[in-house]
Amino acid sequence: MEDGALSFLEVRGLSKRFGGLLAVERVDLTMADGDMLGLIGPNGAGKTTVFNLLSGFLAPDAGEIRFRERRLGGLKPHDICRLGLARTFQIVRPFARLSVLDNVKVAALARHPAMADALAAARAVLERVGLVDRASELASRLTLADRKRLELARALATEPTLLLLDEVMAGLNATEIDAMVRLIGAINSGGISVLLIEHNMRAVMSLSHRVIVLSFGEKIAEGTPRAVAADRRVIEAYLGDEYVHPAAH
Amino acid sequence: MRLWPLGLALVALAALPPFIGSYAVTLFTLIFFYAYLGQAWNILGGYAGQLSAGHAAFVGIGAYVTAVLSLRLGLTPWIGMFVGAAAAALLGAIIGYLGFRFGLRGFYFVLLTVAFAEVCRIIALNTEAVGGAVGLYITFTGNPAQFQFQNPRAYYYIALVLMTGATVAVWRLERSRLGAYLVAIREDEQAAEALGIDTFRCKLLASVLSAFLTGIGGAFYAFYQFSLQPNTLFGIPLSVEIIIRPIVGGAGTPLGPVLGSFILSPLAELSRSYFAATGWSGGHLIVYGSLLIAVVLFLPEGAAPFVARLARSWRMAR
Repeated sequence: MEDGALSFLEVRGLSKRFGGLLAVERVDLTMADGDMLGLIGPNGAGKTTVFNLLSGFLAPDAGEIRFRERRLGGLKPHDICRLGLARTFQIVRPFARLSVLDNVKVAALARHPAMADALAAARAVLERVGLVDRASELASRLTLADRKRLELARALATEPTLLLLDEVMAGLNATEIDAMVRLIGAINSGGISVLLIEHNMRAVMSLSHRVIVLSFGEKIAEGTPRAVAADRRVIEAYLGDEYVHPAAH
Repeated sequence: MRLWPLGLALVALAALPPFIGSYAVTLFTLIFFYAYLGQAWNILGGYAGQLSAGHAAFVGIGAYVTAVLSLRLGLTPWIGMFVGAAAAALLGAIIGYLGFRFGLRGFYFVLLTVAFAEVCRIIALNTEAVGGAVGLYITFTGNPAQFQFQNPRAYYYIALVLMTGATVAVWRLERSRLGAYLVAIREDEQAAEALGIDTFRCKLLASVLSAFLTGIGGAFYAFYQFSLQPNTLFGIPLSVEIIIRPIVGGAGTPLGPVLGSFILSPLAELSRSYFAATGWSGGHLIVYGSLLIAVVLFLPEGAAPFVARLARSWRMAR
């Protein structure tokens, strides 16, 4: 584990409490540059809280986050974004009264201060995610699938090295999910590391190199998709223990 | 947007004064002046989406600082107005810092701005050094070096320059990085923050810029009226006057405050004098209120986007 590449993202003992609820408890997490890591777990397991901690929207109660050798503690979300860690929101938050192109342009301005450069970069990103023919449409008029793409496009336009995707496939139909899986695969192949929260098991299992499973804020399993899917504790967390020990009942 | 109709309108306004009477000159001066104040508010309220209902505070600070510097130290208002505007900008920074650092949104930010304006009013009312409740009076000398003019048309031109300058500034802001960031903050602050935008810094900049320009307006107002009264300059009614023009015209658009002022300022003046003459003083407020309700119901984005759509469909029909 002393490999230099492993220090791309290192999370140690991350904990967050909301009143009496331990939302995230001593979670460790490591990513190498270029990784595609799946983060799964039942509803309320603390996945989105982990994202909020990583992206600076919440301050951890304990634990440390190192991203490319830098400690993220105390940094604001915009600082973290500029360090190359971008996120999407589970409930998409497009700038509804702006055009699709302007939505992405705002994000591209983070790396391209000149307006013309930002517009060119935004167009290139729209091309990449397949939204270019919607460029002049108001964001509020997009379908859910396209809004998810827009959410992804905006995060991409900040030119991250690590992308946190929070359920970008929720609410999509099978065809749209296939397209999104291909898109995320291509983004990862292009050199951007991806940390993926996803409920669609087929998608997360086919995309992820490794998977981490959270349950009640704790990490209960980590490994290859195949190993995790066969893990007794994971099945228990998702389905209840009667499915693991049917004979006992 | 086609610019030539606007250029034409500007030339017409610049050529107008020799052909109109003094009442019309006053009316136009007020239209330009309130358009200017509305434009200054537009930066913070329209673009950044932070609803200040206490912009009179900046008018008052700009007016009082400029007037006191002139009366006590003999500093010409031509320089003093920038000191006054800087003082207003400082207050804008303080209000912005408090409001944005502690995450006051919506109604709470509105209340904060109103509270600051009221505190300024009460301080001015009770400070004998600035005239207390009596206020300050500026002796008319007619000396242009002291921002005083024999010919009222001079104020017309100054107000026209203020309005045009602020509108060009806002038009350029809209096309700048800061402008794009302010709009993103207005639409969804958390999403903006996630995209690398320092939302605190941008909102603070908007507040300072807006307060500075409003402070300049205050200096103009003081030396146009020759008198400063705390209840007029810091009062809630003035704050409301500043807000409703951009809202009626279209907040967050470069032409909104101008259009709003051309609609509302003559209406306010004419209905005020009409209702006062018929013994129904205060009746103008009913006309005002009805118009505001109509705008909110039928043109919730204001008149400017509506006019822009009309112009587009007219061009397409040709």
